[in-house]
Amino acid sequence: MKILVNATARDIQSGTLDKALAELGMTSPALATALNGIFVSRAKRADTQLSEGDRLEVLSPMQGG
Amino acid sequence: MQLYDTTVQSRLLLGTALYPSPQVLNEAIAASDTEIITVSLRREVASGADGGPDGRSGAGFWDSLRATGAHILPNTAGCHSVQEAVTTAQMAREVFDTSWIKLEVIGHADTLQPDVFGLVEAAGILSRDGFQVFPYTTEDLVVGERLLEAGCEVLMPWGAPIGSGQGLRNPDGLRAMRAHFPDTPLIVDAGIGRPSDAAQAMELGMDAVLLNTAVAKAGDPALMAAAMAQAIAAGRAGFVADPMERRNMAVPSTPVLGLAELA
Repeated sequence: MKILVNATARDIQSGTLDKALAELGMTSPALATALNGIFVSRAKRADTQLSEGDRLEVLSPMQGG
Repeated sequence: MQLYDTTVQSRLLLGTALYPSPQVLNEAIAASDTEIITVSLRREVASGADGGPDGRSGAGFWDSLRATGAHILPNTAGCHSVQEAVTTAQMAREVFDTSWIKLEVIGHADTLQPDVFGLVEAAGILSRDGFQVFPYTTEDLVVGERLLEAGCEVLMPWGAPIGSGQGLRNPDGLRAMRAHFPDTPLIVDAGIGRPSDAAQAMELGMDAVLLNTAVAKAGDPALMAAAMAQAIAAGRAGFVADPMERRNMAVPSTPVLGLAELA
């Protein structure tokens, strides 16, 4: 299915968020996820089903002021 | 200085952005003696545990910051809506393992001034969710009251627009805040350009100063970090020492009594 990952269209096979992250190679421990603007905790990734057209944001630590 | 349930000695909070290199950032952190550094979240670009290729993002960047031992204050920089800010705060809490959040809800793209209406709303949502909110706000007293009602125990009024280095544009407003909120930690956030700006903020009775660009964009960031720390310490001592009143006319400091008549 096609979803948007950090605003880039990606075609993924996985049905759940935890597997999709692995498929996308986003395996860093320092990642946080939000699906369609709503925070999804680490603990809930395995139970979070993805759907066609979902907007997934994957964020990591960055310099900040 | 007490910020929520945490006590710190240093009154300088330092941002981690815009440094020429990660090494210079670490030198500046060390030279500043800061105990609180601010960080952000951005879209993951590199995969794997090494993080960003430049050491300024990702897990590698996070590991190097943790190694400083400083308290981590994540921000919601770049958020223009309540929903964005709340979601970003929740993501930051998980990644950085802290309930502290420097809450920014930006109201205007040019001035980067706070949207104080969204700020109060987001502060309430986050406080009820267990966050300890550090709101980036204006010097408006009513907004400050609303933020405290929303659960904030710290206020962070701006000195000048973010990154402008203009110094304190409204010292009277900050003075009024100090008088109005005598028991609330006040941290000037944004606008500091020079050590004298930081000293002025502290002389006005602010509890601390948060700055980033003034150090990161100095020719010698580590030296400027040290200069800021000294200025903040001097300004704080100056406030506590209770300065003399200004006078309009000269008053001799050398005693007149016993002056010789030689004319």
